[in-house]
Amino acid sequence: MHPFTLERPRDLSAALAFRAQAGRNDAAAEYIAGGTDMIQLLQEDVRKPERLVSLAGVLDDGIDIGPQGLRLGASATMAEVAAHPGVVEQFPVISEALFASASPQVRNQATMGGNVLQRTRCPYFRDVGYAACNKRSPGSGCAAIGGENRWNAVFGTSDNCIAAHASDLAVALVALDASVEIRSATGQRIVPFADFHRLPGDTPHIETVLEPGEVIAAITVPAHPVARRSHYLKLRDRASFEFALVSAAVALDIDGDRIREARVALGGVGTKPWRVPKVEAALAGAGLDPEVLRKAAAHAVEGAQGRGGNTFKIELMQRAIVRAVETAGGRA
Amino acid sequence: MITAAIGQPVSRVDGRKKVTGGATYAAEFDVPNVAHGSIVRSTVASGRITVIDSSAAEKAPGVIAVLTYRNAPKLAYAEHHGTTDPAVGERLHVLQDDRVNHQGHPIALVIAETLEQAIHAATLIRATYASEAGAIDIGGVEPVPPTGEASKWETRRGDPEKALTSAEVKVDNSYVIPRENHNPIEMHATIAAWDGDRLTLWDKTQWVDGVADEIAAVFGIPAENIRVASPFVGGAFGSGLRAWSHVTLAALGARVAKRPVKIMLSRREMYYGTGYRPHTVQRVALGASRDGHLAAIVHDAYHETSGYEDYTEALLDATRFLHSCPNVYTRDRLARLNVHTPTWMRAPGEVSGVFALETAMDELGVALKMDPIELRLRNEPEQDEYKNLPFSSRSTKECYRIGAERFGWSQRSSEPRSMRDGGLLVGWGMATATYPMNFAPASAMARLLPDGTAEVAAAASDIGPGTWTSMTQVAADALGLPIDQVKFTLGDTSLPKTPPQGGSMTMASVGSAVQAACRKVREDALARGGANDLAEAMRHIGEPIEVTVDSKPGDASQRFSMHAFGGVFAEVAIDPDLGQTRVRRIVGAYGAGRIINPKTSRSQCIGGMIGGIGMALMEHSVVDPRSGRVTNANFAEYAIPVHADAPAVMDVTFVDEHDPHVNPLGVKGLGEISIVGIAAAISNAVFHATGKRIRELPITPDKLL
Ligand SMILES: Cc1cc2nc3c(=O)[nH]c(=O)nc-3n(C[C@H](O)[C@H](O)[C@H](O)COP(=O)(O)OP(=O)(O)OC[C@H]3O[C@@H](n4cnc5c(N)ncnc54)[C@H](O)[C@@H]3O)c2cc1C
Ligand code: SF4
Repeated sequence: MHPFTLERPRDLSAALAFRAQAGRNDAAAEYIAGGTDMIQLLQEDVRKPERLVSLAGVLDDGIDIGPQGLRLGASATMAEVAAHPGVVEQFPVISEALFASASPQVRNQATMGGNVLQRTRCPYFRDVGYAACNKRSPGSGCAAIGGENRWNAVFGTSDNCIAAHASDLAVALVALDASVEIRSATGQRIVPFADFHRLPGDTPHIETVLEPGEVIAAITVPAHPVARRSHYLKLRDRASFEFALVSAAVALDIDGDRIREARVALGGVGTKPWRVPKVEAALAGAGLDPEVLRKAAAHAVEGAQGRGGNTFKIELMQRAIVRAVETAGGRA
Repeated sequence: MITAAIGQPVSRVDGRKKVTGGATYAAEFDVPNVAHGSIVRSTVASGRITVIDSSAAEKAPGVIAVLTYRNAPKLAYAEHHGTTDPAVGERLHVLQDDRVNHQGHPIALVIAETLEQAIHAATLIRATYASEAGAIDIGGVEPVPPTGEASKWETRRGDPEKALTSAEVKVDNSYVIPRENHNPIEMHATIAAWDGDRLTLWDKTQWVDGVADEIAAVFGIPAENIRVASPFVGGAFGSGLRAWSHVTLAALGARVAKRPVKIMLSRREMYYGTGYRPHTVQRVALGASRDGHLAAIVHDAYHETSGYEDYTEALLDATRFLHSCPNVYTRDRLARLNVHTPTWMRAPGEVSGVFALETAMDELGVALKMDPIELRLRNEPEQDEYKNLPFSSRSTKECYRIGAERFGWSQRSSEPRSMRDGGLLVGWGMATATYPMNFAPASAMARLLPDGTAEVAAAASDIGPGTWTSMTQVAADALGLPIDQVKFTLGDTSLPKTPPQGGSMTMASVGSAVQAACRKVREDALARGGANDLAEAMRHIGEPIEVTVDSKPGDASQRFSMHAFGGVFAEVAIDPDLGQTRVRRIVGAYGAGRIINPKTSRSQCIGGMIGGIGMALMEHSVVDPRSGRVTNANFAEYAIPVHADAPAVMDVTFVDEHDPHVNPLGVKGLGEISIVGIAAAISNAVFHATGKRIRELPITPDKLL
């Protein structure tokens, strides 16, 4: 662990100034919110900032639901959002994705902003005993390709990186067409959640469109008929307290026994939270018949590339979609 | 009248201390002026260090010393093989030369004022290696026989090959168990403090005397000069049976720094700095007559070990006697790799061997269309056919009967995939469990005080089974005192010597010594005090009286084959679409001799059952075959069961068993048999549920798609 100075800015503008000074140089300063991921990365020597700038107390922690939809302040904790009655009732997929994440202790501490910015669980990224990891040290290679890649992605990969995005919440958010409210010293901009994370391409170390000196201020989710009938299914090796092998976030608008509109996103399989529009299109107008669902889910495989250890995910994710749609469909 | 404490479900005498933070674990001892050590470990599996640059680390804030092979004092490393060390080979020497034998080989030790400074400086050390090809992938090496007495590794009775060829029904398959790590909650830690040529070690260990002997040999000093204290251990499962290199490094660091040094391994280091259950590959072939009598067993296995020690375990022992069979061949071999040495992990050998054997028995039952209990009953041996000795007691039949009854086995429909619960496939499976009764020499001290209370002590350990409590019960009964008047102490080399807390032998060994010491001191007191009442006798004597007694096994092991036995049953529910397996119930019935404390005994058994769930469904140290690094060396990706994985029903029954031969207390031990057979029962249940036989653990969702 590299020694660092902890800065506790009094307000957001002070926090933004610290980070803006550092520019593209992460080694100079990084933000810390709940710290649940950052501290792991510091302890494992994966991140070595000189300065840690605390976001505690300088960002909105509200959870607001209105006719426009849901607004989650960046500092709201996973626990608060998961248990919020309005979220539970009107946006169940968000609540379920959060309750399926981590443990109560972690959820009490971790924030919305930190959650969608948590780094990959790719084991080679987190073990500095491996020299090769393009995400950790650009240009060093990728140990996961040709290595133990059961935990890695099958979508959106490149020859430089196949790391899966680890957040469950992000999968629910991308399914519900959420947006990210980004704040900087000069103002505010709104980015659709689907465009917030970047594909690895040949710069896997740059994971989002956040510029130096920007923070996530809030995440908004528009009101939409699909949100109420939504569900998060998470598959893993044990019953709880584990990242997803494969997960599916599904939201449905149903007319009688036909699906009017569907949103489907997958976790554990993409280098970013992964929407599957072809599946959504195939589900639109479909009944909840298992054969039909199976056929629709098969559209998910387009573009999927297994690398041995993770190839099973291509089959498992289709089954996860079918089950998640069935469950959401059966929901009153 | 005092009710006997033995047999009562006494709550842990140290329970309050543990849950209120009053129990002090190794790293928590408040040793004045302690400095902190951080170990730098190799990032190659095999080769030589060509350059090691510690200049930046030496200049880092707070650094007191940096030790590498270039400047570390030479250590004696005198010949020493403790009973928990592999008999063949030589232990890892640290900081003595430029060799690297495995990933995570210690290459430097940084000592600094604070833990943070030590950890930081450690990251500044730069090493380059002349890397050698080495052997890392167990799939890529030819197994070889272990060094030494061939008859231990290869046994033959009758003509198994011929019997197998001519058998009416055969099953012949390979079973793979990957490397597993112990993953106790408490990380290994040592504080070392020298006072002249005397050394005190506060250590996480299962054997204080073994640590003293090993460190004495490493430093070339008498063991009497070393005091090891380990009153509480936060789980170990075998990882604390040897003194690993960090214990040496703590003592070395303290000597160089001339002040106490503390080293605590990180979770990642636990996968490199202590041992593990080795990856095993086992072929089991069974031949039987159509009516289900075993005609042949071939059990041919190999497992990983390091290049510097031959680690072998009791992989094949159970196969040689568990079921009756005239023709048996067993062979164990080693895959010598550039890995560190494996070690004992809960029921070492037995649990792995029995997994293969009892899965194969299930496969035979399927081939014969015979109920698995019936198959086992047909092959119930009259005696131990390997040793040619009668069993001192063997309650398998009773265990099957009671276990089956409590489980409701008669309701099982035998066809795979025939039992359902809604959309879930339900499977029921069973297996036999066994573990040897081990009994080793031990000593104990008992002291009566004038107020009629007693102090009793032995070196011993309590890694979780409840030794503090059960020894108090044994002592109370032997003294004729209520348990609240007996104070038992353990975990210190200043106390009478005991064997390691391993092999499920603590109650047999230490318990027998405690009982003997307490009986003796009571007799002495009554005689000397001239009274029939102990309190009155002690009042007359008016001063403490004390005895230390050595206990050792007689010749029973030459006359009897002595083992605990059990029948274990599991129910799984599997989502056939998603491959998710949940264990819903486990029922275990055990013939384990006398049960000293039914409460802590049950805890042992449910712990073993949960450990078995981990082994069956999730545990796997994933070694990258290119580098030898453990990719999931952390608690997020190395899955062990969490509460949600523990079934609501874990039903434990101890059948009545009075065994006068095993040891004075009539106990057989429970720590290890409780995990044996569980993974087999679960994998057999998975087959029953799905019709799929998964022969490579763990049974993760991808294998069931
Ligand atoms: C044991 C464990 C299990 C877990 N299991 C799961 C799981 O099953 N599913 C799951 O989804 N997650 C899981 N997680 C991850 C967890 O959800 C994240 O660690 C957590 O959400 C991060 O939030 P935080 O506030 O602690 O972020 P921090 O650790 O403080 O920060 C994370 C990153 O976000 C940046 N950051 C934080 N807030 C902002 C902001 N507002 N603007 C700009 N940058 C910001 C930081 O600079 C840092 O790079 C687990 C974590 C642990 C420790
Ligand atoms: S997949 Fe990405 S994060 Fe993992 S080793 Fe390769 S470059 Fe690094």
